[in-house]
Amino acid sequence: MIPFDYHRAEDAASAVALVSGTPGAAFLAGGTNLVDRMKLGVAQPTLLVDISRLPLDTVDVQEDGRVRIGTNVRNADLAANTVIRSRYPALSQALLAGASGQLRNLATTGGNLLQRTRCVYFQNPTTPCNKREPGTGCSAVEGYTRYHAILGASEDCVATHPSDMAVALAALDAAVVVMGPAGERVLPVSDLHRLPGNEPQKDTVLDHGELITAVELPPAPARSAYRKVRDRAAYAFALVSVAAALELDDDDAAVPVIRDVRIALGGVAHKPWRALQAEAVLRGAAATEDNFRSAADAELRHAETLNGNGFKVPMVRNTLAAVLRDLTGTAGPDASAPGTDHPEGPSGPDDAGWEK
Amino acid sequence: MEARITLQVDGEPRSLTVDTRTTVLDALRDQLGVTSPKKGCDHGQCGACTVLLDGRRANSCLALAVAHDGAEVITSEGLAGGTPDGELHPVQRAFLEQDGFQCGYCTPGQVCSAAGIIEEAAAGHPSTATEDLQAEGGIDLTDAEIRERMSGNLCRCGAYVNIVAAVRQAAETAAARRDGAANPEVPVVTDSPTAESMPEHPEERA
Amino acid sequence: MSKLMPASAIGTPFERLDGELKVRGTAPYAYEQPVENPVHLYPVLSTIARGRVERVETAEAEALDGVLTILTAETTPRLADSSDRELAVLQDTSVGYRGQIVAAVLAETPETAREAAAAVQVTYTEEPFTAQLHGDDPALYAPEELNAGTPTDSSQGDFDGAFDTAALRIDATYSTPPEHNNPLEPHVTVAQWDGTVMTLWDSTQGVHAVRGTLAQVLGLEEEQVRVIAPHVGGGFGSKGMPHVQVVMAALAAQVTDGRPVKFPVSRQQMYTLTSHRTPTIQHVRLGAADDGRLTAMSLDILEHTSRIKEFAEQTPAPFRMMYASPNRRTTTRLTPLDIPVPSWMRAPGECPGMFGPEVAMDELAAAAGLDPIELRRRNEPEVDPETGNPFSSRHLLECFDLGAERFGWENRVARPRSVQEDGWLVGMGTASAVYPFMRQPANTARIRYEQDGVYSVQIGASDIGTGSWTALTQIAADALRVPVDRIRLGIGDTRFPTASVAGGSSGTASWGGTIIAAARAFREDHGEHPSPGAQTEAQPPEDPEAADLALYSFGAHFAEVRIHADTGEIRVPRMLGVFSAGRIINPRTARSQFLGAMTMGLGMALHEQGVLDPRFGIFVNSDLAEYHIPTNADVLDMEALWIEDRDEHAGPLGARGIGEIGIVGSPAAIANAAYNASGTRIRDLPLTPDKFLT
Repeated sequence: MIPFDYHRAEDAASAVALVSGTPGAAFLAGGTNLVDRMKLGVAQPTLLVDISRLPLDTVDVQEDGRVRIGTNVRNADLAANTVIRSRYPALSQALLAGASGQLRNLATTGGNLLQRTRCVYFQNPTTPCNKREPGTGCSAVEGYTRYHAILGASEDCVATHPSDMAVALAALDAAVVVMGPAGERVLPVSDLHRLPGNEPQKDTVLDHGELITAVELPPAPARSAYRKVRDRAAYAFALVSVAAALELDDDDAAVPVIRDVRIALGGVAHKPWRALQAEAVLRGAAATEDNFRSAADAELRHAETLNGNGFKVPMVRNTLAAVLRDLTGTAGPDASAPGTDHPEGPSGPDDAGWEK
Repeated sequence: MEARITLQVDGEPRSLTVDTRTTVLDALRDQLGVTSPKKGCDHGQCGACTVLLDGRRANSCLALAVAHDGAEVITSEGLAGGTPDGELHPVQRAFLEQDGFQCGYCTPGQVCSAAGIIEEAAAGHPSTATEDLQAEGGIDLTDAEIRERMSGNLCRCGAYVNIVAAVRQAAETAAARRDGAANPEVPVVTDSPTAESMPEHPEERA
Repeated sequence: MSKLMPASAIGTPFERLDGELKVRGTAPYAYEQPVENPVHLYPVLSTIARGRVERVETAEAEALDGVLTILTAETTPRLADSSDRELAVLQDTSVGYRGQIVAAVLAETPETAREAAAAVQVTYTEEPFTAQLHGDDPALYAPEELNAGTPTDSSQGDFDGAFDTAALRIDATYSTPPEHNNPLEPHVTVAQWDGTVMTLWDSTQGVHAVRGTLAQVLGLEEEQVRVIAPHVGGGFGSKGMPHVQVVMAALAAQVTDGRPVKFPVSRQQMYTLTSHRTPTIQHVRLGAADDGRLTAMSLDILEHTSRIKEFAEQTPAPFRMMYASPNRRTTTRLTPLDIPVPSWMRAPGECPGMFGPEVAMDELAAAAGLDPIELRRRNEPEVDPETGNPFSSRHLLECFDLGAERFGWENRVARPRSVQEDGWLVGMGTASAVYPFMRQPANTARIRYEQDGVYSVQIGASDIGTGSWTALTQIAADALRVPVDRIRLGIGDTRFPTASVAGGSSGTASWGGTIIAAARAFREDHGEHPSPGAQTEAQPPEDPEAADLALYSFGAHFAEVRIHADTGEIRVPRMLGVFSAGRIINPRTARSQFLGAMTMGLGMALHEQGVLDPRFGIFVNSDLAEYHIPTNADVLDMEALWIEDRDEHAGPLGARGIGEIGIVGSPAAIANAAYNASGTRIRDLPLTPDKFLT
């Protein structure tokens, strides 16, 4: 780690001015991702502007039903907030599925959005990486791709965004409030992160010195949920994840019709992936297993898999169907139904490595 | 770059000059000689460095000391009163009685984390193991809750089964104390369930 | 009359005697030992896999405030013996693997040392390298022998003929990936040289092993090397043999004018500097009669090793003695690669070597239409099938019977993919466990009666989480026929008499047996009422009887597995191990050790995989976020039981060792349960969700 200056910000505007005017400066909030990268030599700021003590740490319910989340609200506190838990369960579930309890006590809302990829080559400064060092090449494309993208990647970068929270926010149609030297702007969270294209070093559309001051949630959807699939039961990044928010036409119908739906996928792209194709199939459609699968297929039609991540296509398809099933209260297929079983014994099929 | 800071460590104010790069963990271990929090990964991936930072469990390896000037830090050593023969905290006693560790290296972090989750659950903070996210009030620390909440503390010796038993015991002790404050009739549970926790042994079968 | 020593403290579930220090966090591990004015070392690691360092540009780094010196191949003190190329750090400019130490910064603070290391610029001449294990690699060779003196190949009867004519045949290939020990305490050495004595505070499984190796490579007398390790934060084999950081710290300490040097290996650096478990490719062939009785069995193993230093695991060892069959064959071949050096990891040999074969037995049970336990019953040997020696104690079937009863094995539905609950496919599996009894020579214990009426019992043993502080105290108390509070144990220091390494599940039996011998000698020398200062040192007697016996511990693993029908997520809601391991010294810590090894077996089954990128020659998932070990949430209902089994042939202690058997066979039990749950037979570890997607 190279030496750096440290400045504790007095207020947001002066913090923005200071970082904007200092090329090597970075904002420091919880530090759980930035300090990690600084130790690896992946981030090398020369000045840290500490915003963690600015009073941007409240969750406020507005009169119009919107909810404004200050950038410094800790992940643990946001997940535990009673308004979030009751109205936006997908957001609580996503937060609680991320990292560990003690990390969530440090990590902040803004910092969570701006965490960077876990691509092992990005994190190892001795290997080529276009995101870390533009123009050096992508080591992942032909390397270890278990956690890499199947949607929207480029030949320059196949990294994924690791946040769980951001996926839920995308499905909830949240917006981020950004303060820059010229004032404030608001943009949909789905437009915050970008696809890698030929500039994978840019994770987001933010300019240097722009500060996320808040996240705004629109009025809550009727139902929402977040489901994360990972390699171990806890404390692991997503292989894939699905966030969905939806409204049904008739909640009590035997086969309800989906009036509106928003879906975001995690672990599959350089950004939280709004599944607009799947949404289009489902909007106005009956909540049936066939429609769930068709929706997933529509979204995954353009998936491009690498050597080690082809499993994400069926994993997304199945997980999306499972989430929609749960949210709409419909029954799933019987996994042990005839036709899927594998009888064993001397008269069974010859597929188990033995012969008679 | 250097900075002069003060940390309240296990109840004692400690002033020191740190490199801005120094983490709370390294300040404690290398500069203040407080080695109860351990360095297992230095990247927030194992939890061995867990301390109570301003009352909440946190990975001290990712917390820059300069950013936490003025903070209160409680380590596992401090939970026991900060003296070598200070009485063990109920969480520590439970870890000892349930054999919730082997090599001991992750243990101070586990102990701080356990103390943290007992407070978090009592305050109603949910986890992915919480059945009803909407329910308000304190959350019972079922085994599933304990396992999920303690998953930020890796133990390579594989003492998890006993860690869960220890946290369960400590949580029961804490609950009994809370209830006991309201109703002195309720006894405080501190006995070791040693006999019950041992597997049954069949008679000699050879 | 029993030859076993009568027990009083032995068999009692004492809490750990070092427990209070551990829960407070005040037990001093190597880095934490108080030393004055330390120098901090941070290494510069090679970024090529094979070749030569041409130039090390240090000027920029040396100019940093607080940098003391930068050691390179030109400036590092010479070793007396640089024949071990893993340990011959900075002795020449050759590079044998990516991530090898090519320079080392010594600085006043850890932050400065690390910053300076990043500022050192190294230029190389690269040579072609290979970093991938292939089954058809022409470089595959037969090593002279395998670890622990195990023969490389074995053959009895006519395997080919018997297999060709067998009624039932299994012919399948299994694999286990590279794995990393990852003790929670990273490897670390603090070294101080006073011009005569090299003091090493090291995180090690054996202080005398470190002393012996370091004295040899440094060219010192053993008396000139002192190694101290009272508390060690896990090892699991990687701290069994000294790795390069010990030598690096010792060399650095020779240039600091007596100041101690601290070299904590970072978690990431451990993936190259401090060893790993070799991957294995296991070709198993089982031939059996219709009734399941084995007529032919063979195991052909392929593994990698490092080109700069050979390590050959004894992977076929358990296959040779586990089941009866007249025709049997094993081979082991290695490919040398330009990669970090593999070494011991918990139950080297037995652990990987009981994966493929125990899954193959499950496949044979299916082929024969037999319950997997019944198949094992039918293939139980009368004597060790390879040597013909009788077993001192073989209670494998008792372990299965007790386990089946406790686990509810009768509820298993033999037909796979038959049980589904709440969207999860449910199944059960079982597998055998085995581990040889080993007792190491070269142990000495010292007993002295002190002024305060306490017996000092000293031996250079180690406690790496195994409970030695407690178990050896219990043994000493019974050996001296006094209460445990009259024992003052001293371990973890070469000032105490020579002890073998904590490895091969041999520690308690070897050190405990030595303490018993010393106690007997002490009583012979000084009687029941010794004078203060009375002292005896002794070694255990030879045990000629053991040479003609097959001494093994056995066990049976049971696992219930759930696989999510949609996502492929896999969980192990229940796991039971039943063991026959001789006398249990401390039931509380023994249960913990069994459960701990089973937990590591669960990690091997479900999670662990070092990903070696052949383009770079490095393990790319080199931290605890990307290399998964089990979390608390992964371990659900898990229990360990044992059968009372006092082995009268395993020395006066009658204990055969418990540190490793819990991991042996547990991955196979889980894989077999996963097949029973899902109908998908996975032969390549780990069993990750993607492998069960449909």
